[in-house]
Amino acid sequence: MLEVRGLNAGYGPAKILFDLALKAAPGEVVVLLGRNGAGKSTTLKSIMGLLRLHAGEVTFEGRRIDRLPTYRIARLGLGYVPEDRRIFTDLTVMENLEVGRQAPRADAPHWSPERLFTLFPNLGRMQDRLGGRMSGGEQQMLTIARTLIGNPKAVLLDEPSEGLAPVIVEQMAQTILEMKKSGLCVLLCEQNLHFAHLVGDRAYVIEKGHLRYSGSMAELERDDAVREQFLSV
Amino acid sequence: MTYSSILIQFLNGLASASSLFLVAAGLSLIFGVTRIVNFAHGSLYMLGMYVAVGLAGQIGFWWSVPLAALAVAGFGALVEALLLRRIYGAPELLQALATFALVLVVKDYTLWQWGPEDILGPRAPGLDGAVTIAGNRFPEYDLFLIAFGPLVLAALWLLLKRTRWGTLVRAATQDREMASALGVNQRWLFTSVFTLGACLAGLGGALQIPREPATLLIDLSVVVDAFVVVVIGGLGSIPGAFVAAFLIAEIKAFCIGLGYSTLTLVIEFIVMAVVLVIRPWGLFGRKPVLPRGPGAIERPLTPPSRTVIAALVAVTAALALLPLAYGGYTLVLMVDILIFALFAVSLHFIMGPGGLHSFGHAAYFGLGAYGAGLLAVRAGAPMEVSLAFAPLLAGLGALVFGWFCVRLSGVYLTMLTLAFAQIIWSIVFQWDDFTGGSNGIVGLWPAPWLASKTAYYYLTLVSCVAAIALLWRVLYSPFGYALRAARDSPTRADAIGMDVRQLQWAGFAVAGLFAGIAGALYAFSKGSISPETMAVSRSVDGLVIVLLGGIQTLTGPVWGAALFTWLQDTMARNIDYWRAVIGAVILLLVLAFPQGITGFVAERLEQRRT
Repeated sequence: MLEVRGLNAGYGPAKILFDLALKAAPGEVVVLLGRNGAGKSTTLKSIMGLLRLHAGEVTFEGRRIDRLPTYRIARLGLGYVPEDRRIFTDLTVMENLEVGRQAPRADAPHWSPERLFTLFPNLGRMQDRLGGRMSGGEQQMLTIARTLIGNPKAVLLDEPSEGLAPVIVEQMAQTILEMKKSGLCVLLCEQNLHFAHLVGDRAYVIEKGHLRYSGSMAELERDDAVREQFLSV
Repeated sequence: MTYSSILIQFLNGLASASSLFLVAAGLSLIFGVTRIVNFAHGSLYMLGMYVAVGLAGQIGFWWSVPLAALAVAGFGALVEALLLRRIYGAPELLQALATFALVLVVKDYTLWQWGPEDILGPRAPGLDGAVTIAGNRFPEYDLFLIAFGPLVLAALWLLLKRTRWGTLVRAATQDREMASALGVNQRWLFTSVFTLGACLAGLGGALQIPREPATLLIDLSVVVDAFVVVVIGGLGSIPGAFVAAFLIAEIKAFCIGLGYSTLTLVIEFIVMAVVLVIRPWGLFGRKPVLPRGPGAIERPLTPPSRTVIAALVAVTAALALLPLAYGGYTLVLMVDILIFALFAVSLHFIMGPGGLHSFGHAAYFGLGAYGAGLLAVRAGAPMEVSLAFAPLLAGLGALVFGWFCVRLSGVYLTMLTLAFAQIIWSIVFQWDDFTGGSNGIVGLWPAPWLASKTAYYYLTLVSCVAAIALLWRVLYSPFGYALRAARDSPTRADAIGMDVRQLQWAGFAVAGLFAGIAGALYAFSKGSISPETMAVSRSVDGLVIVLLGGIQTLTGPVWGAALFTWLQDTMARNIDYWRAVIGAVILLLVLAFPQGITGFVAERLEQRRT
């Protein structure tokens, strides 16, 4: 469903990614693992068109999207949840959802506000709260809800477990499994290996912008050498 | 002042506040979403006035107002779609420059279409009488305006809070990138916001015609007023714009009412400076979110290669030989070019490597010029002494104002530099006894040994080349590197023990001092000076030169100064509508070379190498 080939990208003269390739299918949670600064967030931003590629191509449902403006990519059904949440702090919960709202898609799960409030009961109780007055965990829920209400077919999730209390991390894992169950394709960036194990089907490991490993989550679990070399701090 | 005259002044202030609010609200909306500082906003207001005056004769005042607003809205939509849309990715100063070029084009179009004379508008039928309030006559139309402002505020509030469009606008004002990642089409949003902003400006202008004549001078004065209002209120805040418009209009009304009408030229800038010092993001503004990630990386300022140095030496040598072949007008023009080259290099010093975007650099040029003029004429000092000490006055001015400016950042800093320049300008403009007021100072002649054109040319050449070389040398001293470090990452510079504010303050003062040298040389080259020497347009000229040359290049400002001064001189002598031509040239250059001319050449050279 989502495929990246020969991706090279960076900021200005600084090159961050080198010939990256990856794939993700519907109903699959693919985890992109790597240390801080390895280029995980840059990969997601490049896919989303927030960063001009130096080279390479990105296809979504067989269609090239690497030259499209960001909003067109989003409207094709690719959702993006940034790592720093980027809630509209001046807008209420409902207004934040309104920004993300898109028309229902025949070939993607439909998320109404009611369905989202069942998934995130906290949000349902604070519909008129300003984004800036929410806790970190609540903001993280809102940022995911805001993306889901656009009825995406695939979602890019950038370190959703970062900075959250353990019990919320647990809840986050449930949410991702829920998304998977509904048939979404999820590409997830993580540093937290434990969290990745909870939700991931397959894993890619990148280091300093190069792809170092790809395989199933179970295989990675058995491969101490890879974990030691590319992931341990 | 009696109670009833206080009431009348208060109502006068309210009526002015309404029209000011309309312009400022549009400017604020546009800046909030597109991040473009739209200098042409006053021109849209002026167009609204002229179109309404033109239409009122045929279809009556009340029909002309909405039609003028719609016409200006349509023009705004065209400008956005054809021009601004192409430069949203360009550095923000270049965007501001493009809108300034638009000011020039619109001004000359208006001149061509409606002529140079002020045009009196009609009275508003049905509201052309006056009512008696507390014993004073007060125009009915002004009462209508007083009610109209709050109505527009309410309508905008509903639009922003109760519609999907408004929610998207507010979201994009806060984080455009995130909004687009959620599928919001920025193009459409930008066009609609710009169109609405233009419509409000046109409406403000059209509604003003029963109160004051349509004049070609209104564009810059309105946009400067609107900027002040928007900055005081807090960028992007509509209620802020309303409160600030009220505040400024009332203060101005009471200045007039109390008999201090000369104060009106400067009072708003004093209020703005005070507000910015106390609340650096305006009354209703909030600290802007710092750009995420590494942001835009400035191209490093590499030391000039041997070839470049050799070329510069060769150019200097050629300039030294110039009087052998040319005399008269060429030398006069060359003196101008050298002076503006130094002025531009000093502005570039603080803008490029210093990272402080000054819109009021002319103040220091003017302080140098007036320092020289006052020393020579009022104190009777010899020319050599005046020339030597005048720049110190500019340096001192920059030291005082710089202290305030380096406490702010971004657009707020820019507006504060503009405010200070306007304060100096209005002091000079109004202090007839000392500065000669609008007539300025005449009879500034160089000492006899420098009286010939050739001798003065050599004086200018030696001073400017030496000053420019010194400024460039400073850029590669530890101080110069520290300035760039403070620009690129203030927090990191701070963390390794640099006093960022102190550094920027020193840089600001140095830039002011060198602009003062240029100003002092200018005063004696012209023989007379007037407040024009330090007007906003001079600051803008400096910006145009630096941006044309390329802000992150070393020698760019010099080539920019040569090109711009020559172009302006040739155009002004040969073409009636030279402003429009210069505006069009700037627009073309901005569209073709968003990185400046030197930046463009450097990029091409680099591409060829790699």
